Amino acid sequence: MKPTSIQDLATMQDEIVKSGKNTWIKVGLSTCGIAAGAQETYFELRQQLRKAQIQVEVKRCGCAGKCAFEPLVEVAMEGMPTVTYKNVSKDMVSAIIEKHITGKQVIKEWAVPQVKDKQLRVVLRNCGVIDPDNIRDYIAAGGYQALAKVLLESSPEQVIADLKKSGLRGRGGAGFPTGLKWDITSKSQADEKYIVCNADEGDPGAYMDRGVLEGDPHAVLEGLVIGGYATGATKGFFYIRAEYPLAIERAEKAIKQARAQGFLGQNILGTDFSFDLEIRLGAGAFVCGEETALIASIEGKRGYPHPRPPYPSVKGVFDKPTCINNVETLANVSAIFAKGPEWFASIGLEKSTGTKVFAVTGKVANSGLVEVPMGTTIREIVYDIGGGAGGGKKVKAIQTGGPSGGVIPEEYFDTPVTYEELQKLGSIMGSGGMIVMDEDDSMVDIAKFYLGFCVDESCGKCAPCRIGGTQMLHLLEKIADGKGELADLGSLRKISRAMQKASLCGLGQTASNPVLSTLRYFENEYKDLIKA
Amino acid sequence: MDQEQLRKEVDEIVKPWEGKEGNLIMVLHQIQNRYSYVPRDISFEVAKRLNVPLARIYEVITFYNYFKLEAPGKNIVSVCLGTACYLKGAPKLIDEIEKQIGVKPGETTPDGQFHVQAVRCLGCCGLAPVITVGQKVYSAVKPEQVAGILAEYSEPATAAAAS
Amino acid sequence: MVKAWINDIPVEVEPNTTILDAAKLVQVKIPTLCKHPDLKASAGCGICIVRVQGSNKMPRACCTPLEEGMHVITHDAEIVSVRKTVLELIMSNHPDECATCGRNTQCELQSLLADFGIREVPFDKFIPDLPKDASNGTIVLEPRKCIKCGRCIEVCQQMQNVWALSFLERGFKTRISPAGDITLSDSPCVRCGQCSAHCPTGAIFEFDDSPKAWEALGDPDLHCVVQIAPAVRVTIGEHFGFEPGVNLTPQIYAALRRMGFKAIFDTNFGADLTIIEEASEFVERFAHGKGTLPLITSCCPAWVDFMEKFHGDMIDHFSTAKSPHEMVGALAKTYYAEKNNIDPSKVFVVSIMPCTAKKYEIHRNPDMSSSGFQDVDISLTTRELARMIRQSGVDFNSLEGEECDHLLGDYTGAGTIFGATGGVMEAALRTAAHYVTGEKLAKLEFENVRGIQGVKETKINVAGHEVRIAVAHGLANVEYVIDKVRKAKENGEELPYHFIEVMACPGGCVGGGGQPYGVTDELRIKRAKGLYSEDEGLTLRCSHENPSVIKLYDEYLGKPLGEKSHHLLHTKYKRLPVYQR
Ligand SMILES: Cc1cc2nc3c(=O)[nH]c(=O)nc-3n(C[C@H](O)[C@H](O)[C@H](O)COP(=O)(O)O)c2cc1C
Ligand code: SF4
Ligand code: SF4
Ligand code: SF4
Ligand code: SF4
Ligand code: SF4
Ligand code: SF4
Ligand code: SF4
Ligand code: SF4
Ligand code: FES
Ligand code: FES
Ligand code: FES
Repeated sequence: MKPTSIQDLATMQDEIVKSGKNTWIKVGLSTCGIAAGAQETYFELRQQLRKAQIQVEVKRCGCAGKCAFEPLVEVAMEGMPTVTYKNVSKDMVSAIIEKHITGKQVIKEWAVPQVKDKQLRVVLRNCGVIDPDNIRDYIAAGGYQALAKVLLESSPEQVIADLKKSGLRGRGGAGFPTGLKWDITSKSQADEKYIVCNADEGDPGAYMDRGVLEGDPHAVLEGLVIGGYATGATKGFFYIRAEYPLAIERAEKAIKQARAQGFLGQNILGTDFSFDLEIRLGAGAFVCGEETALIASIEGKRGYPHPRPPYPSVKGVFDKPTCINNVETLANVSAIFAKGPEWFASIGLEKSTGTKVFAVTGKVANSGLVEVPMGTTIREIVYDIGGGAGGGKKVKAIQTGGPSGGVIPEEYFDTPVTYEELQKLGSIMGSGGMIVMDEDDSMVDIAKFYLGFCVDESCGKCAPCRIGGTQMLHLLEKIADGKGELADLGSLRKISRAMQKASLCGLGQTASNPVLSTLRYFENEYKDLIKA
Repeated sequence: MDQEQLRKEVDEIVKPWEGKEGNLIMVLHQIQNRYSYVPRDISFEVAKRLNVPLARIYEVITFYNYFKLEAPGKNIVSVCLGTACYLKGAPKLIDEIEKQIGVKPGETTPDGQFHVQAVRCLGCCGLAPVITVGQKVYSAVKPEQVAGILAEYSEPATAAAAS
Repeated sequence: MVKAWINDIPVEVEPNTTILDAAKLVQVKIPTLCKHPDLKASAGCGICIVRVQGSNKMPRACCTPLEEGMHVITHDAEIVSVRKTVLELIMSNHPDECATCGRNTQCELQSLLADFGIREVPFDKFIPDLPKDASNGTIVLEPRKCIKCGRCIEVCQQMQNVWALSFLERGFKTRISPAGDITLSDSPCVRCGQCSAHCPTGAIFEFDDSPKAWEALGDPDLHCVVQIAPAVRVTIGEHFGFEPGVNLTPQIYAALRRMGFKAIFDTNFGADLTIIEEASEFVERFAHGKGTLPLITSCCPAWVDFMEKFHGDMIDHFSTAKSPHEMVGALAKTYYAEKNNIDPSKVFVVSIMPCTAKKYEIHRNPDMSSSGFQDVDISLTTRELARMIRQSGVDFNSLEGEECDHLLGDYTGAGTIFGATGGVMEAALRTAAHYVTGEKLAKLEFENVRGIQGVKETKINVAGHEVRIAVAHGLANVEYVIDKVRKAKENGEELPYHFIEVMACPGGCVGGGGQPYGVTDELRIKRAKGLYSEDEGLTLRCSHENPSVIKLYDEYLGKPLGEKSHHLLHTKYKRLPVYQR
């Protein structure tokens, strides 16, 4: 029976929850967990339990975000506290079974330390908690109730008004108010409209969207259907980068399951709203994260951006009005309509509401996915959650916003993360990459790295980016090789201005940011290389 | 491959995508999954079958890093050069791989055993640096481990010669 | 209407007018490089950036619509300096080879460099090492000089629907290349030359055959004759500072004679002859039911190539009449040679054409050697002629006009309008109607087939019969017409047309691939007007009235579609291996 009312869903939820057991073991099985050996740990657990004839369910789940501790195994036993074990290799399995499961004793030294920090999980609410391959798990967690409320009780106008009230801004980088974007698309007149989930996640060193898609694909899907309803779209696309095979697999499964339950397809939840989804894959081009290039890519063409206007909301995929939203944005949407816009608006700050997920990586003790309320300071993220550089090293700076962003030196770490504050420092919020650099890292090298990335990824359509990037990279290489001259810094600034002003798309307009920001804060490092 | 066989294989791949707008990239993905690159005669056949100009097909193949025009080696070694991996020592892994099997990113060993490529972030940044061989991901790789990882994939003869 | 300000000057425009076009209305010239008025903006170069008050971005004037209340600043110190940096960057990726470049003094990039006073390139130079492709003998690609504006691709893919050109790779490695990274000769290129006419630089240009012409002129053994196409007379002036559309026929004759040609013929004569043959064919098919309808014109070799490659099923519809200059070539080596007792093997025929495809047509198949020798030896474009005139020492601007050699030179108004889209149709109708009715037409003008609309469809009445007509120019526009015919045939419905004229180049030959650079619709109209006004001023305006043509049939050919005509004036077509567009 497909649910057709909120009541149906609540009943389903109850049934699933009741049928669940209080004793289980969970293993995090996302790409990175698997890379760390979680698959082996998982099989070992099942095998040994079977051998010992112990009836405990071993569940799979997505990524809990604690990358440094992978593989992660969570054990819940009736009458015992739920414990998460870290770095559980195959050979630790027998000890866990013996001591914890049979002996009912927590192995304290293997447990992930419980720390109080500012993390607050909205987007990642189900990641590492539910089995992403099982829609019943999502329903048990209250999933699809937001969709039911929206479809059965709200008009599209009301949905958009509520979303505006929540203050949600796009998490893909630019921070454009999502409610306003939906509003504009909904007002475009056309026989057909599209909504696209942008899961291209090209920022090198960031994996927030992969975490969500692998850990909780239905949360994104639900947001996308709500968006379809609000904007009047009849069809959606999931544009996922091809480098994420597991995320693609899980999204595919989620779509099939949602269709089977009547959350997608004809007459969703018995209403007269119909909407379906198709997956389209990227093919290794960072620029295809940019909206207009993404549209070209979905159309089966080279990922060339085109000038705006016309905006996608007027002329997008196959020339139809198209709304493009980031993965994290959409996962927020389903949370907002489950818990209410006021609740969401109460998190974070006035102009930056809600939470933000960061992938904290690089020279940091506890790398991982972190979700904090907007306005949390960088210091709280890097030290309280990330544990500092580790290995006795000092943190020198972070880079946010990936290749479009900039460095923020340690002395500014008390800045709260909001769209505006980060911009004032010469960086951007970006999609959530936060790379930590320590005293060993050369800022010129970092600038060169990012610029090299943009040169590799430039589509080549416009001259300022295509040639400007190459020339800047050439100058940086010259400086790094000790062959630089002081005048080269002037040339860098001059080309950079031309790229910012005359490049066609965001890639070229921001490609020089890492150079400018390192020049702003660490000009001495450039000068040292030039003198030497 | 003879013409008949080729036509049949392309037909199988194209069928599910027929009539869907913008299907070219998805079809190319299927082709590359099957042949590990996009052979030229297949491109010609796809052009006919999808009624897409050959010019468009090559425009697309050469634009996207993911598509290859030549058969890569038997084992594709991808070294992540995303930011986290770069900072955590990926360049050293590239040096080490070159030392071990004598090829740089973008090259294939003369015996066709390994094709080495640099990629931009596999999304496993927390476990940087990361390399993959085929579908298998190796995390927090140290240069000393490279030889061992490659040996897992070497043909017995080559492995014996190397050791 | 949208009201806004450009450099504080108020301006009022239709919605969706670009800042670039709006600026023109108030005499503000914003520099451009990648934008061509014929084409959708690629937004590639970044030269046309402007500032809009209240924003710190710099939008592109060529593709940003002017919006209500906008205050646009087109020039200030920063804008100009950013433009200059972009030009310097472009030059850091472009060879310094103006002096020996095919576009020297006529290059859009070069003039910007001059305007901006670029005196040095302050960056290291990275010039791609890419080979020239001169494989098809018509169009030469020199990808080192390409600035990736994308015009040629838009032209070849969208305007012409040939898909012979594409960008390959990406980023700094992006390069222009024939489809699928093959050579141009293996590509589906139909040699229309529109890419070369639209390229802003010397990255695509016509194969230069003028050295061969000079060599022939210098050979005392050879008897060099020349003919000029209809459309050349109203465009050559643009190379010498005349207004577009000025008819310089007598001056061209004079210049050619001074260059050493022994006889000066006119392709317009051939055009009249083509009409006689083609109109007779039409009457056969239409009035006597002999042959397939609709009849499709075939004087445009790029269209013939296109048809043979992509629409082979239309072969039966094609007029078998050769193009005018091929007819003149064949007659020069037979009729003219015989009458003047010249050894035909010593006659060397040069055609001056608006066209690059004619360079290929002259050896398209054995029919192009119907005289026993290759009928036309070389075909030059208007651009090549302009250079030859300069090399010859002739002061074209003050030259007195002369007459042509009448044997193969006299023409009627019908022959001259061949050079504009719709002209062949109009000329053919004048004669066909006369053949059917046997009367003189009361009104010679067929306005419905004139003008630059991509497809023109109309009906006319000939002696109580309805004749349905289509005129298409620009090869992408042809598809619509051909599709309609094909569908009707498949479904056994009534034919949508009886007679179809196709020209590969937008505007017809006045907009040909070998014409002076910088063509726009405005220019096409002016050039066409030059032809139509010549027609109006002539007393003889129908091909069948051409006394030299009448004499030719009397003395030599016999009758239209007769045996001799068939041998000398007609050709065949065959399907070419199907290229995949
Ligand atoms: C070069 C470039 C790359 C981008 N990559 C991504 C990406 O990988 N994922 C993403 O969601 N947005 C990316 N964006 C931003 C998108 O263009 C777009 O703003 C976003 O998807 C809108 O969704 P949002 O409003 O939910 O943030 C990129 C932008 C640029 C200029
Ligand atoms: S800025 Fe760079 S990526 Fe964007 S369109 Fe221009 S060349 Fe392409
Ligand atoms: S995926 Fe891993 S390996 Fe790749 S950039 Fe991100 S951190 Fe580096
Ligand atoms: S293309 Fe233009 S700028 Fe370049 S060499 Fe030729 S004339 Fe000079
Ligand atoms: S312009 Fe300058 S470089 Fe060019 S030919 Fe004249 S002197 Fe030489
Ligand atoms: S000559 Fe015509 S067909 Fe050939 S490449 Fe140029 S535009 Fe395309
Ligand atoms: S060849 Fe000419 S028209 Fe084509 S992209 Fe290059 S510069 Fe532009
Ligand atoms: S088709 Fe063009 S080139 Fe040929 S004769 Fe007519 S006008 Fe002249
Ligand atoms: S339209 Fe005229 S100039 Fe153009 S290809 Fe045809 S004959 Fe040549
Ligand atoms: S392992 Fe799952 S978050 Fe890194
Ligand atoms: S696997 Fe999670 S970051 Fe690399
Ligand atoms: S002319 Fe506008 S971008 Fe080139």
